[in-house]
Amino acid sequence: MMRSAPARGPGAGLVRFARRNPELTLGLVLMAVLVLFAFAGPLVWDIDTADPLSASPSRPPSLAHPFGTDSQGRDLLAAAMVGTWLTIKVGLIAGGIGVAVGALLGFLGAYYGGWLDSAIVGVVDVGLTIPALLFLVVFGSAFREGLDTTTIALMIGTLAWLSPTRQIRAQALVMRQAGYVFLAQLNGAGGLRIVLSEMMPNLMPYLMASFVLAISQAILAAVGLDALGLGPMDEPTLGMTIYWMLANSAFIRGYWWWVMTPIAVLVVLFVALYLVSIGLDVIANPRLRRRLGT
Amino acid sequence: MMHRARLLAIGRRLLMLLLVVWAAATLNFALPRFAARNPVEERLAQMASQTGGVPQGMEEMVKAYEARFGLDQSWGRQYLRYLGDIARLDLGYSIANYPGRVADQIRTALPWTIGLLGVSTVLAFLIGSMLGAAATLARAPRLLQLAMPVFIVLSAVPFYLLGLILVYFLAFRWSWFPIGGGRSVAASDALSWNAVRDILYHALLPGLSIVLASVGAWALGMRGMMITVQGEDYVTFAEAKGLQPRRIFLGYEMRNAVLPQLTALALSLGRLASGAVLVEMIFSYPGIGSLLFNAIKLSDYFAIYGCVLIMVLTIAIAMMAMELLYPLLDPRVRSQS
Repeated sequence: MMRSAPARGPGAGLVRFARRNPELTLGLVLMAVLVLFAFAGPLVWDIDTADPLSASPSRPPSLAHPFGTDSQGRDLLAAAMVGTWLTIKVGLIAGGIGVAVGALLGFLGAYYGGWLDSAIVGVVDVGLTIPALLFLVVFGSAFREGLDTTTIALMIGTLAWLSPTRQIRAQALVMRQAGYVFLAQLNGAGGLRIVLSEMMPNLMPYLMASFVLAISQAILAAVGLDALGLGPMDEPTLGMTIYWMLANSAFIRGYWWWVMTPIAVLVVLFVALYLVSIGLDVIANPRLRRRLGT
Repeated sequence: MMHRARLLAIGRRLLMLLLVVWAAATLNFALPRFAARNPVEERLAQMASQTGGVPQGMEEMVKAYEARFGLDQSWGRQYLRYLGDIARLDLGYSIANYPGRVADQIRTALPWTIGLLGVSTVLAFLIGSMLGAAATLARAPRLLQLAMPVFIVLSAVPFYLLGLILVYFLAFRWSWFPIGGGRSVAASDALSWNAVRDILYHALLPGLSIVLASVGAWALGMRGMMITVQGEDYVTFAEAKGLQPRRIFLGYEMRNAVLPQLTALALSLGRLASGAVLVEMIFSYPGIGSLLFNAIKLSDYFAIYGCVLIMVLTIAIAMMAMELLYPLLDPRVRSQS
């Protein structure tokens, strides 16, 4: 670790980190704001009003309901707080499954090669040609009743491993040629051991970037599925708020406030995830440091 | 020899196409049956509850419909029959608009989607690639330096969210554009200058949301490739030969940097298509996305599965076409394969 400037306490360190990787810093700050909104919000605001019939319907923003209410009588501020967490939760579950399975298959395929690798690559290639959203539409319309956010997250998780597998396999293929892997082989270490204790730790920043990307794609799919009307009907996720708004033709009836809340939260969420993923990319791939230096 | 390799590559692509469509068709067939759904019965019950009438002779009606949709046979037989139907692009009847056929509904919707998505994707690709290339010029305009980060941030936002923002301001608040639809309600089918203008006017906002949200990614990719290409020996050689900078930029740098962009375009077709589905839904654009949205609302399962299947087929064909065209554009790939 090279330190060019003398450190003066943790504050100076933070400033230096922020200056070196502004994308990651801004992304993390935005994420923190959203998490704070979802978790600290309920301390000062009654989130039970996110349920239907808890306020007078279709009211524009007022002191009692700063973000207004929808036509079923949900308080939209409370709905946004609950929905933000539900949406992030879907991303964490599905993205986690995606990267865990993707890392395992990607490493195994790259390390062992042969028919196993061909099979993995074949399934991934076919699977990635079919857009996840269309897969999910078929899933969702077949198992429509009793869908809640956790089931949807698991459903998305069954597809979320496809692109991480491809990315991680490509990285692992390069790494397999590395000297230390060869050395471990000479020392008689087994395949799984090499994958877990030699290759995995070296790809950690890369796996993190892959995780963030998977979260972002999972949220994209979940919000799309919700907005199409295949989401959890009794949970106020951000996507469902968009669905209700479309189903009730909020624009034509002039309920402008209904639209702004989910859009604002989702835009901040997607931009934050994007910034974090570029920031992590810069750490994972030092060659990018010069290129992105604008 | 080269011809044989080329034919082999084409054969592999075709096999892949068949595999993708088969996988999608099998999922379409299997999932609803695992969920033990009977779409016909559900639809009839829904109709009965909507009209408020007591479903008289409901059982017999269900039986009659099941025989017509082939649901009374064994799974294996149904599956074979289903695959045969798919091969002939027979997607069955629409349950919600019986006796309308799903294939007919899709045939009227598909041109809208392909038109909207095709034009806006090509535009976004061209604009993005040019912006990305221009950003590497030593004397790039100041405005461009400011616009790049804005476009890059926009590229993180899904199409439909941008669409909602555009509808809110440009259509709802300021009424510059129609809130939705593909053409004016009063428009006639006759092809005239006014009809074309009307269609373009309606397509502008949905198209703009796709273009604005994807320009950044193309620009970023192009800038990266340009910087790589500018370090190549042949560029240095061209400079040493004293070629005009303009010629080096267009014929040497851009020509080579744009090729990987085309591969990226082929790979992102699926993402673009699913984005377009949601954009159409937001704008009630009369394409396949709105068809899907309405089919979901009406629990019209055959229409849902038909839409999904045709979209998968279209994407797979487009991807195959691009990969087969690629060697014609890049001689290096041609000599390798």
